[in-house]
Amino acid sequence: MNYSWDWGLLFRGPYVGWIASGFATTCVLATYAWLIAFTVGSVIGVFRTLDNKVLRTIGTVYVEIFRNIPLLAQMFLWYFVIPELLPADAQLYVKRGMPDPQFRTAVLALGLYTASRVAEQVRSGIQSIPRGQRDAALAMGFTPAQVYRYVLLPIGYRTVIPSLTNDFLGVFKNSSLALTLGVMELTAAARQIEEYTFQSFEPFAAATVLYSCVTLCVITLMRFLERKTRIAGTASAGGR
Amino acid sequence: MGFDFNVLVQHKELLLQGLMVSLQLTLIAIVGGMVLGTCLALMRMSSLSVVSVLAGSYVNFLRSLPLILVIFWFYILTPKIVGHAIDAYSSVLIAFILFEAAYYCEIIRAGISSVKRGQVQAGLAMGFTHLSMMRHVVLPQAFRNMLPVLLTQAIIMFQDTSIVYIVGVRDFLTTADVVANSTNRPIELYTVVAVTFLVICFTASRLVGRLQRRYAL
Repeated sequence: MNYSWDWGLLFRGPYVGWIASGFATTCVLATYAWLIAFTVGSVIGVFRTLDNKVLRTIGTVYVEIFRNIPLLAQMFLWYFVIPELLPADAQLYVKRGMPDPQFRTAVLALGLYTASRVAEQVRSGIQSIPRGQRDAALAMGFTPAQVYRYVLLPIGYRTVIPSLTNDFLGVFKNSSLALTLGVMELTAAARQIEEYTFQSFEPFAAATVLYSCVTLCVITLMRFLERKTRIAGTASAGGR
Repeated sequence: MGFDFNVLVQHKELLLQGLMVSLQLTLIAIVGGMVLGTCLALMRMSSLSVVSVLAGSYVNFLRSLPLILVIFWFYILTPKIVGHAIDAYSSVLIAFILFEAAYYCEIIRAGISSVKRGQVQAGLAMGFTHLSMMRHVVLPQAFRNMLPVLLTQAIIMFQDTSIVYIVGVRDFLTTADVVANSTNRPIELYTVVAVTFLVICFTASRLVGRLQRRYAL
């Protein structure tokens, strides 16, 4: 194999800046998308555990739609199709006025897609709580909203921390799909360096290392958080 | 802007061909991923710590990377390593198998660990050899436990094949994209891709759910 290595490339000229800004974009994109995913996912997850049939159906339909269409297809839908279906003035804003449309579309698509997964975790967390807890809280005079706020959600979230960690890492990795819309995130930056310099190993190695490092950090941090928030008397799930 | 679904009828064959490529890619990657994944799972559970650490590092490393990045690695680097150009389809296939193997490894390992220790001891106490105990006691139960997860992973994998779009392999989404650009009908084409995936994946996941209830231990 003929290949002239040039690791210095990564620390030179515009390239170091591309990698850095790509990495920053990936992190910001993943964070915003996660905020949407967590908020929407929690609401939908709670909907799916309610007695109200309408809300429960809304929850189910949401999860089934967003979970069964590939993320890439969803990104294209949000970017190319949905704007066409909006009323005229909203369409004008989305197409002309909105700053940074690719980034915003990617955040929205990724957030709503991941929300369907978060919703399933939240639902399974709540449903794993014995019925007696809910009944006891109601008997104590809590309103249904208070039952969720003070009893079900605090326990439910804590039991599904490992799965939510997985979903967060999923958002972080899936943010790379934003490159198909033209967002210059980490993978796109590596690709661009490769195209400019014809050096392929170095930029992709840099991206690989950055992705793995973040994953490792998040896992370590969440293990710690998991131990801190463990409910007394339960098995130490995942904590070795 | 009106809808014109005629464009779908006109390009029906091309689109079906694309869908077939997606399904084919899924099938090959599942088989390859499961074979390699089983090897990795056995390696991870080996008592030789070198072997288990090696398999463990591979699995954790690949699981920390986005699929897109892995596909790029193989697409750009394989020709440099083997010295001549290879087609995008083969490079994507290799990437998928190696990537999915990491996920299948974890599923298979979890399935085997889900069989209670007492079953192993009972099997050995009955006079089974280690191998026949695995074959007749542990694996049948493990397989039943992991079947729904394996199938769910297959559905996810089917959705993930759309990512080959980035290297231009003519799968379903890429074909639709090409047609969308040549006919200037992106709305109809992206919608039909989304609806097709929705119908296939929804039906498949319902079937998995029924299977799970029927075969649950």
